[in-house]
Amino acid sequence: MSGYLEAQLIILCLSTIYAYGIFIPAASGQLNLGAAGFITLGAYASAWFNSMDGLGLSATVSVILAMIFTGIVSFLISFPILRTKGVYMVLATFAFAEVVSGFVINFEFLGAAAGMPVDSHASILVVAPITLAVMIFSFYFMSTRFGLALRSIHDDENVATLFGIKVRTAKVIAFTVGAMIVSLGGSLYGLHFNYIEAQTFNVLLSIFILLYVLMGGTQTAWGPLIGAAFFTIVPEGLREIAEMLGWHWLAEGRFILFGAFIVILMVIRPEGIMTRTLQERIAGNLRNKNNAVTSEQPEGGR
Amino acid sequence: MTDNILDIGSLKKSFGGLVVIDDVSFAVTKASKTALIGPNGAGKTTIFNLLSGVYDVDSGSIVLDGVDITRTEAHDRVLSGLSRSFQNIRLMPHLSTVENVMLGQQATSRGWRDMIYPLGILPKNRWRDEAEAALADAGIGTYPGEVVANLPYGIQKRIEVVRAMVAKPKLLLLDEPAAGLNRVETDQLHQLLDRVHQGGVTLLVVEHDMHFVRSLCDHVVVLNFGEKIFEGPPDLVQKDPEVLKAYLGADDDKEDVANAS
Ligand SMILES: Nc1ncnc2c1ncn2[C@@H]1O[C@H](COP(=O)(O)OP(=O)(O)O)[C@@H](O)[C@H]1O
Ligand SMILES: [Mg+2]
Repeated sequence: MSGYLEAQLIILCLSTIYAYGIFIPAASGQLNLGAAGFITLGAYASAWFNSMDGLGLSATVSVILAMIFTGIVSFLISFPILRTKGVYMVLATFAFAEVVSGFVINFEFLGAAAGMPVDSHASILVVAPITLAVMIFSFYFMSTRFGLALRSIHDDENVATLFGIKVRTAKVIAFTVGAMIVSLGGSLYGLHFNYIEAQTFNVLLSIFILLYVLMGGTQTAWGPLIGAAFFTIVPEGLREIAEMLGWHWLAEGRFILFGAFIVILMVIRPEGIMTRTLQERIAGNLRNKNNAVTSEQPEGGR
Repeated sequence: MTDNILDIGSLKKSFGGLVVIDDVSFAVTKASKTALIGPNGAGKTTIFNLLSGVYDVDSGSIVLDGVDITRTEAHDRVLSGLSRSFQNIRLMPHLSTVENVMLGQQATSRGWRDMIYPLGILPKNRWRDEAEAALADAGIGTYPGEVVANLPYGIQKRIEVVRAMVAKPKLLLLDEPAAGLNRVETDQLHQLLDRVHQGGVTLLVVEHDMHFVRSLCDHVVVLNFGEKIFEGPPDLVQKDPEVLKAYLGADDDKEDVANAS
């Protein structure tokens, strides 16, 4: 595989893992801008467990321990964070990520601002199957009664409660499971690039990941994959095309074009590219059962 | 112990100084089909909200099948045997019809094994089969996969009832289930509720349509301005001077009681 292609594929895989980790809580309506924090926790914890200066454990064990560590941390912080909602939750999770980053930068044994080398290596042949496993897990997770509970909470928390769902518990679980998946992505980042720096895991990364999830759509487990794929492939594709045509203005200005594109997408598909309705339409067409379903608008309550 | 599935004692509720439920007591007999009626704003929906735990009571008691649930948390009340529908449709708009019904089954799921069962992937499983059967039984079996927000009002209204039904309650609270339904749909609903009742479920129904109340229910409680003004068999309701006065005094609902004989 060419180096360029492999590099692009790695970015796609990692973005996809991060996106699924943020998607799972988002499916219940949580807006989590703390991805960078969980990535930092995963990357640094696994690097330290793996390092000879640390515990010197195998890469596999280190990654699993890092996930557990991130799970414990996110479980504990979920209680104050889940007291907030909407834009306040965005701010709270952002603040959490900043705190994590601040910690790391001040710890000498984690390399402080200079970063930290990672001993073991994970190639695309390891990262890609794990990405696939994360996807399969997420599809399974969302298809369970628990996943149904999360989606119900997203739509109407109060009614979900009246049908016996413990909303607080479900949200804590979703937040924690999501954080552990993001942590896994962070560990793989470190293992692949063999060097980690807290500054790389910044708020811009968190914003992009949340954007993948919201633009892909939070109603189905296809959303994060579509979002991540779209947002990693389209800018690169634009660059390729621009270079092929010799349009340098496009190569340089493609992010302007891309930004405009995001705005347009938000306007025409505010609930994301893939919605539950669209999935049903596609599935219906695949089954080739064109039963001309009513697209009539509900009349609404009285 | 008693023959009552529900015992409401001296219930009181006010919202910021406005007394909405004022010392209301009544009982619902096991296996009955009781109607709760009254003009708009009488406090019927508020009673349902207090019973289901949307709001805490200010004072008074709620006893369900011999168990005091006055302070039971909302998510546990459905486990005690009480489920409800909503006057203004409160389905999950992004879930399909069958998924909405499967949400209703939540109360009948047991432990973590049921929580991690992949009912969304497997095309055939006991949850899905039961939900689809319940929809078919209600005469709306043709829309299982359709996202609820895309369905017409009359269908959504009946999905509400099915969702509450599959929670397998002892007492089913229905808030204006026939409102907005046409003749055929209302008849279907009537037959469905008769079948549910024959299955051993007690019904407490808020309804404006007096034809519907008279033909379905065997007992009527009338509220007006948060107070109980009448309780008795349907035949006597429309002859009660207090009730007539309450309805004729209110602007909105003049027609309901008077026209229904
Ligand atoms: N959450 C609330 N806050 C303030 N007032 C309320 C609230 N819920 C109901 N009310 C008031 O209580 C009264 C009874 O309402 P409701 O129970 O909905 O009546 P009904 O269902 O009999 O038409 C109305 O005056 C209504 O405005
Ligand atoms: Mg009402």
